[in-house]
Amino acid sequence: MSVVSYAQALAKAMEDALLADERVVMIGNHFAGLAADQQPHFDAVEARHPDRVEHTPWSELAVTGLAIGAAATGLRPVVDMVTASFVFQAFGQVVNEAPNIAYTTNGRTRVPVVFYMIGGIRGAGASQHSHRLEAMFWQTPGLQIALPATPTDAYALMRHYLLESDGPTVFITHQQLLASEQDIEDWDAERLPPGRGRIEREGTDVTIVATSVMVSRALAAAHELAGTHGISCEVLNLRTLVPYDAALVAASIAKTRRVVVADETNRSAGVGAELVARIVEQHFGQLDRAPRRVSTPDTPIPFSPVLEQAVVPTEAKLAAAVLEVCAA
Amino acid sequence: MGSVNGSNAMASTRLKVWVRQMLLVRRFEERLIRFHEDGELVGHYHLCIGQEGTALGVLGHSRPDDVVYTTHRSHGHLLARGAEPEVLFAEILGRATGCAGGRGGTLHLSMPELGVPWTSGLVGGNVPQAVGAAYALKRLRPGSAVVCFFGDGSFEEGAVFEALNVAAVLRVPILLVCENNGLTADQGAAGTFPTSVTAAERLSDLPKGFQIPSLSIEGIDAFTVSETIGPLLREVREGGGPRFVETGSVRWPGSRPVWPRQVGGPFDVGWLIGDVEPPAEIADWTSGGDPLTPLYERAVATEGLTAAELRAFDADAREEIDAAASQALAAPLPTPPVPAELEVAR
Repeated sequence: MSVVSYAQALAKAMEDALLADERVVMIGNHFAGLAADQQPHFDAVEARHPDRVEHTPWSELAVTGLAIGAAATGLRPVVDMVTASFVFQAFGQVVNEAPNIAYTTNGRTRVPVVFYMIGGIRGAGASQHSHRLEAMFWQTPGLQIALPATPTDAYALMRHYLLESDGPTVFITHQQLLASEQDIEDWDAERLPPGRGRIEREGTDVTIVATSVMVSRALAAAHELAGTHGISCEVLNLRTLVPYDAALVAASIAKTRRVVVADETNRSAGVGAELVARIVEQHFGQLDRAPRRVSTPDTPIPFSPVLEQAVVPTEAKLAAAVLEVCAA
Repeated sequence: MGSVNGSNAMASTRLKVWVRQMLLVRRFEERLIRFHEDGELVGHYHLCIGQEGTALGVLGHSRPDDVVYTTHRSHGHLLARGAEPEVLFAEILGRATGCAGGRGGTLHLSMPELGVPWTSGLVGGNVPQAVGAAYALKRLRPGSAVVCFFGDGSFEEGAVFEALNVAAVLRVPILLVCENNGLTADQGAAGTFPTSVTAAERLSDLPKGFQIPSLSIEGIDAFTVSETIGPLLREVREGGGPRFVETGSVRWPGSRPVWPRQVGGPFDVGWLIGDVEPPAEIADWTSGGDPLTPLYERAVATEGLTAAELRAFDADAREEIDAAASQALAAPLPTPPVPAELEVAR
């Protein structure tokens, strides 16, 4: 058994992929973002494979295009966008080039490229460094969307996309997750493919459908509610939005008949909005209560910690939503 | 049409081969105007008439294992790489037998089997990807190169400047060919066509700032284009890093931003031979901008091309295009998928 951080698991996935397939390359190397204590894991990979890591100018538009063209020509790159908010500088390539290529060429050209980015309300990021972009990407057919919540997810998904995927992927981590730790006994035993979510905590009274950083907040809320109110929460970690694990959600709702969805995107047309729409369309008759979503209000993210904390979908806000759907 | 690559072996008839190819491209483009007039071609489209000298002069040096990135104005490039006219017509007409089953149309003609992996319809959208393809070739197939065509309008996009810098920093094997078919900004202001509105005096001044060796040449005469490109592409293959060439052409009078017109009627080889006067509205262009003119004159002078041969070449081209057009028109439309299959990913 070994305790590893999320960043360490990601670095291991990249190195295992480099070793397994000579077409894999890393474009950029700021994978830990502001988590300076985690960056050495990635630097060590670069030190062992210096010819497989390319340093580029910021130039997000050209660098994403570089990765797409390289993928179309036989490489399997992961390109580091650094902060997810920076992907706006590259939007034309990420949403109007890469996802259209396989479809528009009738499957004859494919671009196995991973757009890696650190998203989320990270603490003092203010309005231009705190984006949660998964809802915008979900409006872009042709992109796979990964939102790994744990070191296990980070390893399995990054390794999968680098070695087995044939399409473009947005791989969105969260600044607050990079240093989070987990005991991993067997790397291979923990590997679930994209499209398979995980039950992180079993329960019978209410289902919490969560992504990314909201999974740990959901687990904390579930623990709290079990002690204080005797409520048994089932916590689902979706792991990927595209593909979406409809079967996991369906099975849990059939059991609990109550659901709260939790994610960090903005409320309007956010991930939570789409999840609730799918759940209501597919499971209306099974639900004892209207679903609730816990999300970020429709506001730019403020700087001052007290202002920022007021908009974060915290464990406490999640617990309050669970209590509402569980009220008699 | 045989591929340009195959024609290199026949050096003594190279110009005649190019005449045949250029006539085929010309008849192909003219047929699209008819398709549009007949209501068969929906959506807007872009023709390369006037720019064929660059397509043939550049791609004559490309090899099967090279990668070519083109633009929304791709027909000449693809035909020069060896594409079958029928497959292109079918795609442009939205038929199931098109190179993408009708999913792409004229803006996205992509033929990976000819080294054309993906054609972006966005101005400047292809240049960063072409640099990435060159980055991949440097690692995977040293000696191969990327040829990236883009229009002068691409210099109005930031992506191109970022990509030039990345290409230079990473020293990738790419030949950047900027086809300047435009008029100057003041002519644009006069209501003709506002293509190049950059403040730069010459487009080749711009990549020089990134230390990319850059030239501006006349792009009408396929032979002189070829003479310039040969050594440059060799330098690129040998690891010299990116090279940039601006090839200037004269805008064909039928060109319009998105709806070309057949000004002066279909091209008549008699205009070249001299036994037919070109209509007044196109006479300046045939004498000073049509790439067929210098190519024909050179082929007459150095390879003894006769008027009878030219007429025979043209008859062949018309026949091939007519047959391809008929085939494409008769081809089935694609079958829309059932709703459950509509989504790429859920």
